[in-house]
Amino acid sequence: MSKKVLYYLNQFFGQIGGEDQAGIAPQFKEEAVGPAMAFSNGIKDKGEFVGTIVCGDNYINEHKQEALEFLEMIYKDIQPDLVIAGPAFNAGRYGMACATVAEFFYEKGVPVISGMYEENPGLETTRKHAYVIPTTDSAAGMRKALPAMVKLATKILAEEEVKPKQDGYFAQGRRLTVISDKIGAKRAVDMLIKRLKNEEFETELPMPEFDKVEPAPAVADLSKASIALVTTGGIVPKGNPDHLQSASAQKWVKYDVSQLDKLGDGYYTVHGGYDPVYANELPDRIVPLDQLRQLEKEGYIGKVYEFFYSTTGTGTSVENSEKFGREIGKELKVAGVDAVILTST
Amino acid sequence: MRVLRLEIQKVKIGDIVFGTETKVNGTQLTLNKDSLIEQLKQLPNIKDIKIDIALPGEKKRIIPVKDVIEPRVKVEGAGKGFPGVTSGIAQMGEGVIKALDGVAVVTIGDIVGFQEGIIDMWGEGAKWTPFSKTKNIVVDITPVDGLNPHEHEETVRIAGLTAAEMIGEAARDAASSESEVYELGTLKEETEKYPALPKVAYVEMLISQGLLHDGYIYGVNSGQILPTYLHPNEELDHAVISGNCVAACDKITTYQHQNNAVVKELYKLHGKEINFVGIVLHPELTTMDGKLIATDYTAKLCKQLGADGVIISEEGYGNPDSDLVMICERLEKAGIKTVLITDECSGWDGTSQPLTDAKEEAVAVVSTGNVSHVIELDKADVILGDPHALANIAGGWDGAYDEESGKMKCELNAVIGATSEIGTHHATVELY
Repeated sequence: MSKKVLYYLNQFFGQIGGEDQAGIAPQFKEEAVGPAMAFSNGIKDKGEFVGTIVCGDNYINEHKQEALEFLEMIYKDIQPDLVIAGPAFNAGRYGMACATVAEFFYEKGVPVISGMYEENPGLETTRKHAYVIPTTDSAAGMRKALPAMVKLATKILAEEEVKPKQDGYFAQGRRLTVISDKIGAKRAVDMLIKRLKNEEFETELPMPEFDKVEPAPAVADLSKASIALVTTGGIVPKGNPDHLQSASAQKWVKYDVSQLDKLGDGYYTVHGGYDPVYANELPDRIVPLDQLRQLEKEGYIGKVYEFFYSTTGTGTSVENSEKFGREIGKELKVAGVDAVILTST
Repeated sequence: MRVLRLEIQKVKIGDIVFGTETKVNGTQLTLNKDSLIEQLKQLPNIKDIKIDIALPGEKKRIIPVKDVIEPRVKVEGAGKGFPGVTSGIAQMGEGVIKALDGVAVVTIGDIVGFQEGIIDMWGEGAKWTPFSKTKNIVVDITPVDGLNPHEHEETVRIAGLTAAEMIGEAARDAASSESEVYELGTLKEETEKYPALPKVAYVEMLISQGLLHDGYIYGVNSGQILPTYLHPNEELDHAVISGNCVAACDKITTYQHQNNAVVKELYKLHGKEINFVGIVLHPELTTMDGKLIATDYTAKLCKQLGADGVIISEEGYGNPDSDLVMICERLEKAGIKTVLITDECSGWDGTSQPLTDAKEEAVAVVSTGNVSHVIELDKADVILGDPHALANIAGGWDGAYDEESGKMKCELNAVIGATSEIGTHHATVELY
């Protein structure tokens, strides 16, 4: 059975009109329109062209919910195997529209191909969910972009493996582990020899860029402050009732300690990245509830927040850490917590 | 001449069987299981020992693995066994070793920590570990009751090394078919011989953080040293052993020290393209001051050696990422070219930031894989050890082992040597 290919265009490339038509609601046409026509000719032996969605750029960006409902309807109706959106060149709103379409179909498990200029603001999101071919900044590049998109589509329809470099699309940012024909030590020595000879070399791991977090201002009056304890040290009740991972955490957990003066015997660590002996002797060494309770009694701090939060830091991806941080932070904010003591190991 | 010359004569082993004597016949290694068990039980704190064989291609799974050791015997030159650990101190690095080539002793037993792992001898799992290609003698160690974790770790560490030594004895009178010679003189001698070649040093970082997180150099805990200089032959000749540290995927097992892949690759080019000036062992300490002292000191040693290029290998991930890039920064600023070897923690889908620290000077990096890459392992015919250990080891989780189907799902974290940062294995990362 031949595979179904669906095309998405904005009002301009969909031949409805210019800026004055940017507010039009999405519509489905069974025929190939504009660039979709050249594209459908290009893939005619490999897939079945099933139609074109045309939608105004302003509409999809301003009425996202309604646009997504329309996409859902078309998806259910047509069940496409491949979706083409764009190319959007350097048109920002069209790029953002392609991003919405790409994300929608990505989540349905349908591959998406697009084309964009490297500075299109929609690229950052679209590339994560689609194979985006680099284009020039204006529609003058259509004649080059379409054949490249057709070529990529042909491979994807044939279920061949595609790679960003070899197939000429923007990397999606997924770092996949593969087996090399050379061991790591050999690759390292080869790379060093190239450097020593001042030859070209290519790193296997470009340095990531880090966010810088400004420290929060000091708490004005500790004696009235509610303080929470949050740790990446993997402290949990004995038996690990919520199955927190010992490394590469996929979740965070929280426990009510409002009735406790210290964590003591009931808790231990499941963290796989440090010597656990001393933490297990006295888990308050990692989550200093005992000390904080003392300060609470002395009136030095207002109160200890009733829950403490825990996850495992070791091997946990930065992406997960950011997510955990946002989720925990949101809860603490709602609970009126003024400050947090974060302990790491 | 003050050349240290170490010869490793390889006794090729094609098969291992149990028999009445521990010896080599042609390419067959026979093990007297009862006698080996009896002798190992004489060691302190051992309650019971079991020995099994796992050969490449067999549908066998070994879990939880602590250390892997190549059985060898020193037949000429100072020292025997593992000096400072299982035998007296000697200056290592010179003489003749006979090695049972293709054989490894693998230690398993009740879990000590989270840093133990899996070796699959067949299928998908075999692809991810270098120790699916070795013929493995699996030593299952049960210590006496009531040991604290540090004593437990030491007991299994010593038992594994001792087993490798005892089995290595079989190589003594066996014929070897191949030998490797590692020869290196003083810095002055080598520089006079190869005045035009760039000097290359190797910085090998060792986790140094406490239980199951230490390496040992002549028996000295790496957490208690300043960075130190080693003749490369010393490491090949048992001066450095594993303290069973860090996650299974990137711990440097004793076998990997004995056969350090970076050392061997650098030796291949010594006198041809480079002048290999030796190893700096760098302890990865956990405090900020510790990191500052150690990274400054390591960089200083490389500068003192006159290095033009340095390979830096990490052990573990997370906070040692800082040591890795701090050493790099110091060397690059001094005009010394570096290549770093590390693995990455890019999350299950590979979209997360791969390191916990970065410096712009780190322009040349070899990646040995994403420790969080998830793999699925089929049911084994035979399990040596306890598959339920997967619930507790790094890279596993509760439910990762499905008892009904016998299948396992885990991260590379849990596979011995999968992302070896001294470059023993083949994994790498491609950007998609």
